[in-house]
Amino acid sequence: MKLAITNGRVIDPSQNLDGDYTTFAENGIVTSIHRNKKVPPGFEILDAKGAIVSPGFIDLHTHLREPGFEYREDIVSGAKAAVAGGFTTILCMANTKPVNDNASVTEMIIKRAKEVGLARILPVGALSKGLQGKELAEIGEMVKAGAVAISDDGMPVMHGKLMRHALEYAKSFGVPVITHAEDLTLSDGGCIHEGKVSTALGVAGIPEVAEEAMIQRDILLSKLTRHRLHVAHVSTETGIEMVRQAKKKKLPVTCEVTPHHLMLTDEACLEYNTHAKVNPPLRTRQDCAALIEALNDGTVDAIATDHAPHSEDEKSVGLGCSNFGLIGMETALPVLLKLVHQKKITLKKLIQLLTMGPARAMNLKGGSLKKGSPADITIFDPNRPVTIDPNRFFSKSRNTPFAHWRLKGKVLYTICNGKVVFSS
Amino acid sequence: MAEQKLLMTEAQMDKAIHAMAEKVIEDGLSEAVLVGIKTRGVPLAHWLARRLAQITRKTPKVGELDINLYRDDLSEVAEQPIIHKTDIPFSVDNSGIILVDDVLYTGRTIRAALDALIDFGRPKFVRLAVLVDRGWRELPIQAEYVGLTIKTKIDEVVKVMLEECDGKNEVLLKEHFSKRT
Amino acid sequence: MSLSVRHILSVNDLTKKDCALILKTAQNMEEISERSVKKVPILRGKTILLCFFEPSTRTRTSFEIAAKRLSADAVNISSVGSSLSKGETLLDTAKNLEAMNPDILVVRHAQSGIPHLLAQAVDCPVINAGDGMHEHPTQALLDLMTILKVKKRIAGLHIAIIGDILHSRVALSNIILLKKMGAKVSLAGPASMIPLGIEQFGVPIFYDIRKVIPSADVIMMLRIQREREADSFFPSLREYSRFFGLNKETMKHAKKDVVILHPGPVNRGVEIAPEIADGEHSLILDQVTNGVAVRMALLYLLCGAKK
Repeated sequence: MKLAITNGRVIDPSQNLDGDYTTFAENGIVTSIHRNKKVPPGFEILDAKGAIVSPGFIDLHTHLREPGFEYREDIVSGAKAAVAGGFTTILCMANTKPVNDNASVTEMIIKRAKEVGLARILPVGALSKGLQGKELAEIGEMVKAGAVAISDDGMPVMHGKLMRHALEYAKSFGVPVITHAEDLTLSDGGCIHEGKVSTALGVAGIPEVAEEAMIQRDILLSKLTRHRLHVAHVSTETGIEMVRQAKKKKLPVTCEVTPHHLMLTDEACLEYNTHAKVNPPLRTRQDCAALIEALNDGTVDAIATDHAPHSEDEKSVGLGCSNFGLIGMETALPVLLKLVHQKKITLKKLIQLLTMGPARAMNLKGGSLKKGSPADITIFDPNRPVTIDPNRFFSKSRNTPFAHWRLKGKVLYTICNGKVVFSS
Repeated sequence: MAEQKLLMTEAQMDKAIHAMAEKVIEDGLSEAVLVGIKTRGVPLAHWLARRLAQITRKTPKVGELDINLYRDDLSEVAEQPIIHKTDIPFSVDNSGIILVDDVLYTGRTIRAALDALIDFGRPKFVRLAVLVDRGWRELPIQAEYVGLTIKTKIDEVVKVMLEECDGKNEVLLKEHFSKRT
Repeated sequence: MSLSVRHILSVNDLTKKDCALILKTAQNMEEISERSVKKVPILRGKTILLCFFEPSTRTRTSFEIAAKRLSADAVNISSVGSSLSKGETLLDTAKNLEAMNPDILVVRHAQSGIPHLLAQAVDCPVINAGDGMHEHPTQALLDLMTILKVKKRIAGLHIAIIGDILHSRVALSNIILLKKMGAKVSLAGPASMIPLGIEQFGVPIFYDIRKVIPSADVIMMLRIQREREADSFFPSLREYSRFFGLNKETMKHAKKDVVILHPGPVNRGVEIAPEIADGEHSLILDQVTNGVAVRMALLYLLCGAKK
C-alpha cells in the first residue's frame, strides 16, 4: 500500500513545516516528505489541492460508552465519528459498564477497536476500582494490556491520599494520571456555572472553586510525587493560571481545554438548554478569553473534545436532572477554526494543539509527519462553509450545543495507518 | 368615512327616555331597581333613573352588570373581551328588575344578562328597556320599553353615543365598517 | 385586549401592559368570589390540568378554586398518581397530557425549567405554578395585586425581601416583577442564602435586616425550609429567628404604614413571630384571597388566547 498526497499545503508543527509538499507513505509509515511533485509509479495519488495536510488529529478525551452504554455510542460509531472529525487517534475514558478497571476490559476495547480498524483507539484505565475512589485499580495489568493513561474521569478522586498513591503507582508503569478536577462537596448538586445565569434560571450552580481547589491539590501532589499529571478540561481563568505557574516551576504537568469551553459561555444554558450542560460547566466570557490566551502562550498542551454521548431521553428530563456532557469529535474542527478565522490563534497553533501537543502530553507516537511516523494524516479545507447538522453525525448521539451553527472548515480525507478511512 | 345617518339627537333621546319612564310608572313598576348592562346600558340606566326620580321624587337603585363572563361566543371573537366590574348593590331576591341596554339586536347579550342576574338571586320579575330596537333577533327576547324601533340592514351598525363614554349624546346609523373605502 | 404571551412561564415575559390587564381582570373578578353562587359560566367545557409534580396544597387549591369559579373542569394530576415515578420521561408525560386535549396545563415541578420544557412540547398554554428555585409567577402577580390594593401604587415603593433568597422562586419572580413595575427592591438575609449574580437585577443586598426595615413600605418575608439547617446554610432555626426573623423588636423600627407579606405556609416563630403574622400590618390572608382572583384572571385570559 503506497500513497502520495500531492498539491496540499502541509502544516506539521512537529517539524516546523508549512508549505507545498508531497507526502509519501508506505505500509502505514510516512516515508518521505519533499517539494518534488513527481510521484514514482506504484503510488496511489491523493490530490489535496487547496487543502491543508496535517498530521492526524489526536483527541485525548472521549467517551465511547462501550461496553455498557451502547445505546449512546459504541466503538464502531465512535470510531466513525472520530475519523469524520479528522481524528486518527483517540483516548477513551474508563467510565463504561463494567468500568475499565482491569485488563480484561482494556483488552476487550483494544480487540474491538482493532476489528473496527478505522482509528487508533487507546483506552485510559480507571484509577480506582469501579471509579469508587477507594482502592487503586489494577493499573499495572491495564498498562500491560494497552492502557496509555489512568483516570477516574467523570468521577473526581476526592480522597487525597488515593490520588497520591495513584500518581506514585502510575509512575512505576510510566503512564500519566489524568485528573478530572472537581471537589464534589463544593459542586454539590450544581448543574451549571454558578453566576448570573444559574441565578436567573434558578438552578444550583457549580462554583469555579470546585474545580480550582482540586487542580491545585493535584498539581501539588504531582510536585510531591514528581510524576506526570494531566489536567483534563480546564475551564477557568484561575485554573489555567495554576497550570501556567506549575509549568513555570517545571513541574511535570500538562493540560487540555475543550472546544466548548473556548467557544461558549454559561449563557448557552439559557432557555434550559440541556445540550450546554457539561462538567466542568461552561463559564464566563472572561474565562474563555483566559483559555484562548493560554492556547497561545503554551500553557495548554492539547485541545480535547470530551466527547460524551447521551441519548435524547437522558437529555430531555430538564436541566437539573439531565446528564452532563456533549459530543464534540465531529464539530471540533469547524468550531475551532472559528478561532483561526477570528485571528485569535494561528492555524499552525491549532494544528499543533490537535497533533503534536496531545502526542507529547501522553507520550504517543503520532502527531507528526516526520519520516518513520505512522501515516496518520488529516486533510481539510479550512474555508469550506458548513452548517452543523446533528442528523448527519456518525455518532449515535445528537447532544451538541453547536447545532445549526454556520461555520467554515471541513475534513476532506482522514488517513489512518496509510489507509483512507474517511472521505467526504 | 363610512356613510352615517343621525337617528336621534340628544333631545330626542331624552324625550324617548322620558316616555319610557312614564310607561314604567304607568305599569306600576316605580319600585323596580334598574340594572344597566355594561358599557352603555349603565349611563342609560342612570338617565332613566333620573327621569323616574323627576316623576316619583325617588331615585331608583341602579346596578351595573358586565355580561362578558356569560358570553356564548368566547371562542369565536377575535379579541378577548376585557372583564369589567359587576356591581349589584342590592339584593336581587324578590326584586323587580328592569334591565337597561342601548341596542337590542340578536338578543344574546340579554340572554347572558339574564343568566348573570339569576346567579345573584331569584328576582320577582325582569323587564327590559332599550333605547333602540334594531331587529334581527336570534333568540325569543323582546323589550317592554323601547325608545326607538327601526328597520336596519344586517350589516349596518347602530351606534348609541353617550356623554359618559363618547363625549356626546346621539344615535347614529352607520354602514358596516367592512364597506368602508 | 389580550396578553402578549401564550404561556405564563416567567414574569420576565410579561409586559407592563400584560400585568395591568391581569390585575384589572383579577380585580373585576374578585366580586364573583363574594357572591352566594360563586360561579360564572365563561370557561364551561374547558379542561384545566393541574400537574403538581411536587407537593402543594395552597397553590393547587387556589388554582382549582379559580378554575371552578369560572366553570372549567379542573383535573388534578399529582406526582404520586402520575407516571413520572415509573420512568416515563417528561416529554412522554407531556405528550400523554396533551393527548387528553387540555385547554391549559398548570405545572409545578421541583426542577427549574420544567414548565418551559413542557410549553415547548405541548400545544396548549402552560402556567408555571412554581418550578424549583426558578420562578413562581402567579405568586408574584398576586403579591403585586395585594400591594397595589393597599398602597395604590408600585412605582417608588421600597420593598424589602427577607430570608432565603437563594432557594426562593417567590423571591426571584417578585424581584423581577416589582423592579419592572418601578419599585425599589432590597434583599436581606444571611449571605449563605443570597445567590451569586443576584446583583444583575439591580437590588442592594443587606446582611442585617434592621438596615432595610426602617425604610421599607412593604416587607416580604420568605419561608425558611427546615432542611436547609442540615445543609449548613445556617446553624439553627433559633439563631436564624434571632437574626433574620421578623418580630415585635424588629418591627419597632418599621414605618407605621408598613405592610407584611409572606407566601405561606408560615413557620410561626421562625421567620415571623405569630403576633406579627396575625397583626395589623399583615396581609397574609389577603394574599390568599387575591391569589384566587389572579389565577381566575390568568385562566380566563389564557383560555381566550389565540394560537
